Amino acid sequence: MESTRSLSFPDKVRERVFAHLTSPEDRSSVSLVCKSWYDAERLSRTRVSIRNCYSVSPEILVRRFPNIRGVSLKGKPRFSDFNLVPSDWGADVHAWLVAFADRCPLLEELSLKRMAVSDESLEFLAFSFPNFKVLSLLSCDGFTTDGLEAIATFCKNLTELDIQENGVEDRSGSWLSCFPERFTSLEVLNFSNLTSEVDFDALERLVSRCKSLKVLKVNRSVSLEQLQKLLVLAPQLVELGTGSFSLEFSAHQFAELESAFNNCKNIQSLSGLLDATVRYLPAIYPACANLTFLNLSYAAMQSDELDNLLMHCPHLQRLWVLDTVGDKGLEAVGSNCPLLEELRVFPADPFDEEIIQGVTEEGFLAVSFGCPRLHYVLYFCQQMTNAAVATIVQNCPDFTHFRLCIMNPGQPDYLTNEPMDEAFGAVVKTCTKLQRLSVSGLLTDLAFEYIGKHAKNLEVLSVAFAGSSDWGMQCVLEGCPKLSKLEIRDCPFGDAALLSGLEKYESMRSLWMSACNVTVDGCRLLATKMPRLNVEVIKDDESDDSQADKVYVYRTVAGPRRDSPPSVLAL
Amino acid sequence: MSMPVEHDYIGFSLEVPSMENSGLNLKATELRLGLPGSESPERESSDDNNNKKKKGSAVVLSLKSLAGSGAKRGYSVAIDRKWVYSGNSGDGSDAVVPAAGLFSPTGAANNNGSKCVSGSDSGLCGPVLKEGGASQSPKPVVVAQEQKPHTHGSGPSKTQVVGWPPIRSFRKNTMSSHSAKNDDDSEAKLGLGCLYVKVSMDGAPYLRKVDLKTYGSYMELSSALEKMFTCFTLGKCGSDNVPSRDGSSESRLMDLIHGSEYVLTYEDKDGDWMLVGDVPWETTILWKGITKILQKEDRKQLTLLGFVYELTSPTRQSHQIAILLLMFTNSCKRLRIMKSSEAIGLAPRAMEKCRNRN
Repeated sequence: MESTRSLSFPDKVRERVFAHLTSPEDRSSVSLVCKSWYDAERLSRTRVSIRNCYSVSPEILVRRFPNIRGVSLKGKPRFSDFNLVPSDWGADVHAWLVAFADRCPLLEELSLKRMAVSDESLEFLAFSFPNFKVLSLLSCDGFTTDGLEAIATFCKNLTELDIQENGVEDRSGSWLSCFPERFTSLEVLNFSNLTSEVDFDALERLVSRCKSLKVLKVNRSVSLEQLQKLLVLAPQLVELGTGSFSLEFSAHQFAELESAFNNCKNIQSLSGLLDATVRYLPAIYPACANLTFLNLSYAAMQSDELDNLLMHCPHLQRLWVLDTVGDKGLEAVGSNCPLLEELRVFPADPFDEEIIQGVTEEGFLAVSFGCPRLHYVLYFCQQMTNAAVATIVQNCPDFTHFRLCIMNPGQPDYLTNEPMDEAFGAVVKTCTKLQRLSVSGLLTDLAFEYIGKHAKNLEVLSVAFAGSSDWGMQCVLEGCPKLSKLEIRDCPFGDAALLSGLEKYESMRSLWMSACNVTVDGCRLLATKMPRLNVEVIKDDESDDSQADKVYVYRTVAGPRRDSPPSVLAL
Repeated sequence: MSMPVEHDYIGFSLEVPSMENSGLNLKATELRLGLPGSESPERESSDDNNNKKKKGSAVVLSLKSLAGSGAKRGYSVAIDRKWVYSGNSGDGSDAVVPAAGLFSPTGAANNNGSKCVSGSDSGLCGPVLKEGGASQSPKPVVVAQEQKPHTHGSGPSKTQVVGWPPIRSFRKNTMSSHSAKNDDDSEAKLGLGCLYVKVSMDGAPYLRKVDLKTYGSYMELSSALEKMFTCFTLGKCGSDNVPSRDGSSESRLMDLIHGSEYVLTYEDKDGDWMLVGDVPWETTILWKGITKILQKEDRKQLTLLGFVYELTSPTRQSHQIAILLLMFTNSCKRLRIMKSSEAIGLAPRAMEKCRNRN
């Protein structure tokens, strides 16, 4: 009857409505309402982001979301970036590709982070998804440039190829020449990760025919002279990564380069600048007017060089530098970049014991005074004080990401010789929006008491060489209501601490503990009590069998994984 | 004052250094810093044992050691060794780079080391590593690899902890591979040079490091060394010495170094101790000129050094200059301030070598 029909909302309409929902949280809520809403949501879902590839299986995913076009997958625990995870640990993307090819052949986008990717997988991808458009590989490993050849050759609709910070075996630059002559759809090309020389003519032709190219990040083999030619061909670029920024230039060549940059009115992001020769840096000044992101983390600059450059970048929001700029360079940041929101200071040479350089609390302070909008910081330094941090967070109370790495493990406040507890206490008390925190320096359980008590929005916590007893970790697990990821290394937390989080872990994405005092029995107990968690112990060869050297705990609906290597003990 | 050395160092007094032992009695703390070609010696002095041990175990920045060992800055496939920082696998990539970037604003060249070292390392590391180089060089920090990472608290030294500081392997490898391959990419090597060498002084309890690249002449080098080692000499010169740069002999630094009892020597790649000054030091080199003019072989050597001078206008003899510069820098593995008395017989050899190379 009409009246009945008008009461029920046609599914198709619901799906169309839900198609406009973009936020995963909203979608999640919507799917819980009732079965028909669940179905409408899942059928209209086009993008899905899996933060832990083992938390769900490919089959479950494709069954639930048959119409997805874009997938983002994260694999290994973050500490694999620092060589703490065996290379054969897992997170192989292949099974996912097979499932997608079977059920979601219209897949267009794939973003992988810390996954194991082989050339075979890349080839399989290139052949299986005719509409494939976007490939982004960050911190992955296992593939070579041969795999990229397949992508370039067969992905006719490719718009994005973004290869970043991967452990890729760079066999040759010939992959770039594999883009067919009629291929014009590229919008994003980032191969700064690779080192082999690419055929410049092929690159030139590619840039010339891809009129929609917005992002171009070349590798070191592309010289300044060549860069200038590319800029002339692509003045519409929004993001530019240069190659090697040094060459002996004549004045005429310099003028040409400067003019090329001058024509690039749309550049918002600049990176690369490898081996930057100071005298050529001014060439980029004309393009800096609209710059919002400047990545100098591979260009060791001095303080005055940085000052000169930053004077031309009044709209800078994000800045990555090396600590070669020193505190003085950071003062320049504070004075030149009032709109700065994110600062990352990387150590140029952290392993040299004999040479002390880098940045101190002074630099950070200077930035905090000059940049009140600062909310994201990653700071590697040699020394810090509680007082400085307290002042910094007073100046910038809106921190969402506060990652402080005092490079000498367990180092106290260098002025008072006290632990750095009060520093992080100040951070969590003042920065109510804090989502991510990395602590360092000498810390007792008090720091963790502060964190557990005050860090209401904290989602990710990284701890190293800190704490005095199980109590510290317990405080965090019993506080921090939004805690999602907890990574701990080299702390005196044992089984009691591990087990105190029994009820917490299912609401968290994952827990990592390495070089702590956890035993295999403790882990086993956890695994037994919490069947919906995967508890994995990674054994170091030389250690004693009862110690759990590395523990990785994560929630999953996929059950224990079946692809763990021999070094991983799944409990 | 006379000395059985006959030549004439550029920038140094024409007078030969004194051979007298002026009575500096450093017997108590006298350290023989090792015969040429020997391993980096253990520090025997009682004070600062720890520091010295650290220094001793740290990789000798001299080119020779870099050549021989997996340079401190080298990174091998870290994963295999579970090591943060391991020897270079020999792809010639090693430390970073940017030349100018390496000094702290306060400028004491010897205090900024960081990457520079690597800069030269990396160049060397590549091919030379495979040759097994001078086995004389001390083992790099890599030795510490055997230790497992500590659990907290004791604040293990940076180099002994896997995965600390938490920098992505990719970034570490990139920073260390800035001077990358030994093949033709001259641009990659530009601007990357630092040439750190260890400087030891007889009688001094510890060594220093200098970046040869920061000096424009032997004079400047000597004065810098003088400043560094002033504290170890008794009475001869105060800290208010301002070495004159015009090559005149009035400078007290020269008195110190050459006038009274110390001479500046360097150890070359053959392991011989040579007197500094034989090879002319030129600061005006046209880099591009070098890369064009030099034969591939020489270029490779220059690359190996990772050594670059800023350019000024080319001189007519840039080619020659370049070669000579190469010779000195190529040769210089370590600088040593020796007592004049021990420097007998060095100079003639240096002259000979110089002649041979020319």
